[in-house]
Amino acid sequence: MKGVEALLALALAGIALLATACRGPAGLPSPTQSNLLLAPQAQPTPVGPSATGPGYRGAYGLGRDATPEEIATWDIDVMPDGTGLPPGSGTPAQGATIFAAKCASCHGDKGQGGLPATSEVLVDTRPWFERGNPRPVGPRTIGNYWPFATTVFDYVRRAMPFDKPGSLTNDEVYAVVAWLLNQNKIIGEKDVMNAQTLAKVQMPVRDLFVPDPRPWPEYQ
Amino acid sequence: MARQVSQQEIDTFVRRRGLFTRRQVLGGAAVVGAMALGGALDRLVLAQQVSEDTTRVQGGPASDVSKGRSQFEQPKRTVTTAYAGIPQISGTDQSQLVGVITPSDLHFERHHAGIPDIDPRRYKLLVHGLVERPMVFTLDDLKHFPQESFPHFVECSGDSSGHYRGLLETATIVDTNPLYSNSEWVGVPLEILFREVGAKKEARWFLAESYDGAAMTRSVPMSKGYDDGMLTYGQNGEAVRPEQGYPVRLLLPGWEGNINVKWLRRIEVSDRPFMTREETSKYTDPLPREGKARQFTFEWDAKSVITQPSGGMTVRGKGFVEVRGLAWSGRGKIARVEVSTDGGKTWGLASLAEPVLSKTSTRFRYPWFWEGQEAIILSRCTDETGYIQPTRNQLLLVRGESNYHYNGIQAWKIQPSGTVVQTYHEPPLQAALPTHLAGLWPLTPDCGLV
Ligand code: HEC
Repeated sequence: MKGVEALLALALAGIALLATACRGPAGLPSPTQSNLLLAPQAQPTPVGPSATGPGYRGAYGLGRDATPEEIATWDIDVMPDGTGLPPGSGTPAQGATIFAAKCASCHGDKGQGGLPATSEVLVDTRPWFERGNPRPVGPRTIGNYWPFATTVFDYVRRAMPFDKPGSLTNDEVYAVVAWLLNQNKIIGEKDVMNAQTLAKVQMPVRDLFVPDPRPWPEYQ
Repeated sequence: MARQVSQQEIDTFVRRRGLFTRRQVLGGAAVVGAMALGGALDRLVLAQQVSEDTTRVQGGPASDVSKGRSQFEQPKRTVTTAYAGIPQISGTDQSQLVGVITPSDLHFERHHAGIPDIDPRRYKLLVHGLVERPMVFTLDDLKHFPQESFPHFVECSGDSSGHYRGLLETATIVDTNPLYSNSEWVGVPLEILFREVGAKKEARWFLAESYDGAAMTRSVPMSKGYDDGMLTYGQNGEAVRPEQGYPVRLLLPGWEGNINVKWLRRIEVSDRPFMTREETSKYTDPLPREGKARQFTFEWDAKSVITQPSGGMTVRGKGFVEVRGLAWSGRGKIARVEVSTDGGKTWGLASLAEPVLSKTSTRFRYPWFWEGQEAIILSRCTDETGYIQPTRNQLLLVRGESNYHYNGIQAWKIQPSGTVVQTYHEPPLQAALPTHLAGLWPLTPDCGLV
């Protein structure tokens, strides 16, 4: 009996080997592979209270309802139409002081970058490209590569200054963003940035981005 | 290599086994027993040092936590880049690794604000936005959901970007492919979570936000979440490593590294993308020729690299050399890897180690007899969609000089001395075979190319 089993196992292994050793011309997966692993998740059967009624907390009853306060504390993202911009305001002049105190040590006094290494250039209004040239000719900055002013607010508020992220007040963020936009010749020296005005700022490269054409072959 | 075992050797072996068993029975507290076994304990201590003949001494003791690798094996990551003085990037050295799994402590790192230290008991994940029920989940909640596990690669969007500008001859694989690693990931399918919170019909994108100092964010199409996205808490048999997002990392199989948000704290469901800094200013492909840039380039195109022999190594000498490497695709399984040892004049099929799975490392091997001549070795993979790995020039022609998503064919040059260097070499293109049809090449039954 043992011997028969062993023979059978050997034969099966042989078949499996044959099936997998040579992939089909189109590279089709061989049937011996674990396609099962790729099968979509089975739908769980809802349990507990009715699937729509009050008190229903999903099919597994795990987790708890989020409170409006905890959503408000964490929901800090700002969208291109201005959704999420907080109350507050700031001017380029106010921003200049903040930038000198809290940003210039890394980004240079004019936002020209350079010190210390790998801190970004924030101000440069020349195009980073030259039509027809395969190589970029200059740095990509808020002035020539960022399509939305709201993104500057969102990013600075969450991530800068690098050594003290999240330490600026909303007024300070509005001010320093106003300064950066002004230095990049996008808004005037006297323009006040707040939830209404920032959302209306038109960036010079608003239409920079094209969608990814792949998976169509890019090259022949 | 094998030899006959003598009776004396067998006796010694059996005696030692007996000794070990007795010691275990006596236990550590039995002082008298330990004294009686003084000689044996001496031998135990001796075994900590390197012995000429390990069969004549007792080996090291079993322990609750491993002392780590053999003292003779010290693979390391290479720290490459500091931001404002703080290292944020370390690369995996694939030339030191075998098989397909990257040991977790060698998995590459790329952070935007360092590694946060998160107490799992205080961890919470907030899911809100276009959902019926905004909810908060603890780590325990997430672990309680139905579980899924799969090996998947993670590759930083900027891996191999040095090739756009060009790397030196002295470049090793840490310079060419530092930011690629492959792990088994364990977690909850995102689809389940979306159903639990009741994601609304108009939901198209979700924001994934990190607990790190950058509160890093990316927008992800809901379809990817429903397709195969996961919230992972396990990596290679244990909790996700701190550098990889402990306690919870978003995993989007096959997609550029940055979007696999680590230390995940918030998911906000929306009907449009959020246009965060990491999907506008960064991780977009500039197309300088047209003055445009390509956005939302998520999937990694098929890519392969020879890890051995590779830059900086020396081939042992004339004779048998097994060419080994890794291949992967963000779109599915690897269908075929071809290897050339003559700069692309001729190609042969490499064998693929089973199982070949979707969006994960596939190990390939190719036997070769090196005759001591200068040789340019290349690997070129095709995935199950029929996509063929392009040459460097093919990429440069379309993308100019980008920073991201480089997947061109990698060439290594073996010099007559045996030293291997990085080189740029354009293999002849597959004559008259349009890229998208190449998957239909006729193959002979024994897998040789016609
Ligand atoms: C300690 C050094 C440091 C300080 C201080 C600092 N930054 Fe930064 N900044 C960085 C680094 C490093 C990056 C790149 C971070 C990354 O890519 O992960 C960066 C990136 C940025 C970017 C994104 C640039 C781009 O093109 O993507 C902006 C905008 C920015 N900083 C604004 C500011 C502002 C405003 C302040 C002051 C409130 C500030 N930074 C203070 C180091 C610093």
